[in-house]
Amino acid sequence: MKIISGQEVRHIAKLAELDFSEEELSKITSQLDDILEHVAIITRADTSGAEPTSHTLKISNVFREDKVRQSLAKEDALKNAPERCGDGFLVPKID
Amino acid sequence: MSSEKNNLKNSSYTDSSYETIIGLETHVELATNTKMFCGCALSFGAEPNSKTCPVCLGMPGTLPVINKRAVEFAVKIAIALHCKINSYSIFHRKNYFYPDMPKNYQISQYDYPLGSSGYLDVNMGDYTRRIGITRVHMEEDTGKLIHTGSSGRISESDSSIVDFNRAGTPLIEIVTEPDIKSPAEAKEYLVALRTLLLYLDVSDCSMEQGSLRCDANISIKKAGSQGMGVKTEIKNLNSFRFLQRGLEYEEQRQAALIENGEKVMQQTRHYDHITDSTKALRSKEEAHDYRYFPDPDLVPVFMDDDMVEGIKSSIPELPSAKIERYKSGFGLPEADSRFLASDKNTAAYFESCAALCKKDRLKSVSNWIIGDFTALLNKASISISSAKIKPSGLCSLIDMIESGKISIRSAKSVFEEMFNSGKEPQEIVKGKDMEQISDGSVLEKIIDDVINKNPSVVEQYKSGKEKAIGFLIGQVMAATKGKANPALVNEILIKRLKLNP
Ligand SMILES: [Zn+2]
Repeated sequence: MKIISGQEVRHIAKLAELDFSEEELSKITSQLDDILEHVAIITRADTSGAEPTSHTLKISNVFREDKVRQSLAKEDALKNAPERCGDGFLVPKID
Repeated sequence: MSSEKNNLKNSSYTDSSYETIIGLETHVELATNTKMFCGCALSFGAEPNSKTCPVCLGMPGTLPVINKRAVEFAVKIAIALHCKINSYSIFHRKNYFYPDMPKNYQISQYDYPLGSSGYLDVNMGDYTRRIGITRVHMEEDTGKLIHTGSSGRISESDSSIVDFNRAGTPLIEIVTEPDIKSPAEAKEYLVALRTLLLYLDVSDCSMEQGSLRCDANISIKKAGSQGMGVKTEIKNLNSFRFLQRGLEYEEQRQAALIENGEKVMQQTRHYDHITDSTKALRSKEEAHDYRYFPDPDLVPVFMDDDMVEGIKSSIPELPSAKIERYKSGFGLPEADSRFLASDKNTAAYFESCAALCKKDRLKSVSNWIIGDFTALLNKASISISSAKIKPSGLCSLIDMIESGKISIRSAKSVFEEMFNSGKEPQEIVKGKDMEQISDGSVLEKIIDDVINKNPSVVEQYKSGKEKAIGFLIGQVMAATKGKANPALVNEILIKRLKLNP
């Protein structure tokens, strides 16, 4: 049984700004489908008595005080920039 | 664009033929010391990329930790907007690929926002519009993009420069119900919201610097028809005036389409204040597929009653309560009360005066603040909180007028000098020989002299032309260089004219 369609993968690839050839697309679709099928095993568990949760740990309200910490030096922050323009990251324009 | 402009000439949008429905989304940058999830300082105008760290740069393996004060500010806002504070709220990842977010997602809230189902009452002069607040949620701001290219316009540049200083700034989104019925109401809503936020002391609310930003959804439909029209989203409405103008343009544009039998397209449009029109942004058909999911890096926020009560107790008296108190407690008219409460600093100033003045002088205090004081403040472009005139000075000046020491006319020039120099009114009056003459015996002599010099005017008065007395009062004022107490002059003059055979 197919969990994910080629069309859906194409859509998600577009959202992620990724380009795939038709060949790659069919390979990825079948691999993704295998993964999803494997993970779907978990849906067999009986969760009728369990509260929905958004986090694996039973903790909440982890806060920090509003105190300033040292930021990175500008040069360090820009070290990984593929291209820079002045003190900014230079990126291709995206529509 | 030009064809749209031409269409507008045939437009028949009038208040009665169509109904407008507007909903607003407002983003508020909080004035905390640090960012939402890391300890980088917030500092508008700092050197680009000098306020970043591995967390706000989205480096792998880093973990966000929630800024406690940002949550408290968010709760304050939600309470002030009469929202239900949800005991359980969580953060989601809003996924999108755009270079203003280094993580490729923005941490936001989705189906479990901090606050929901509130309202804000907006005074429109002759009616009040209650505007529903759908939700108040927490998120982080994006970085800033500077588009390069010949024209500097977003659609014509070929590359962008990114500054991540702003990325991660605590941001509150406030979404209204589609309860707003006109561009004017939209503007007044934003004015009222900004006033409220300034009272809460949670943001500097500078629309110029982008710490208060507003987008709008607007649709129109034929009056009385069922359902809703197709809505457009308008961006770049970044001043009160542009908000109103942009929406007014959009009403006209949509009406023109409908009148010409065309369809309004659901799209996002950009308001350009130079051409005073809106222009469609290139449509991204999949742009709204954000694939929200709970952020596994962040644990839930539980708000219990004690926490909410604690934050509630830190909220100062808000404008609506002040207006009521000024009316019922101080006996001020509605318009005065609204004016004084419309600005936190003005209200604080007025209340300092109220603590020093007798209650029956508060209308005078209000008159001075609304009139001469505001005019001078506007001219000098300063806030009342930095004015040189202290509340005690204004109260002394009013005392001097009420006790007849100086006339209203000279009080105005004394006030101006107080405004410029910060001197006490007594000092200014002494130095200038401005003290009002309220000594009856001094005035009697001057009045007798005026009566003797103007027999024909006196004659007119006695023959029933009561208005003639105005000329005589004028003569007395001239003789005293405006220093005579006018009420006393009037009284003595009538007495003397009756005595005089
Ligand atoms: Zn940071």
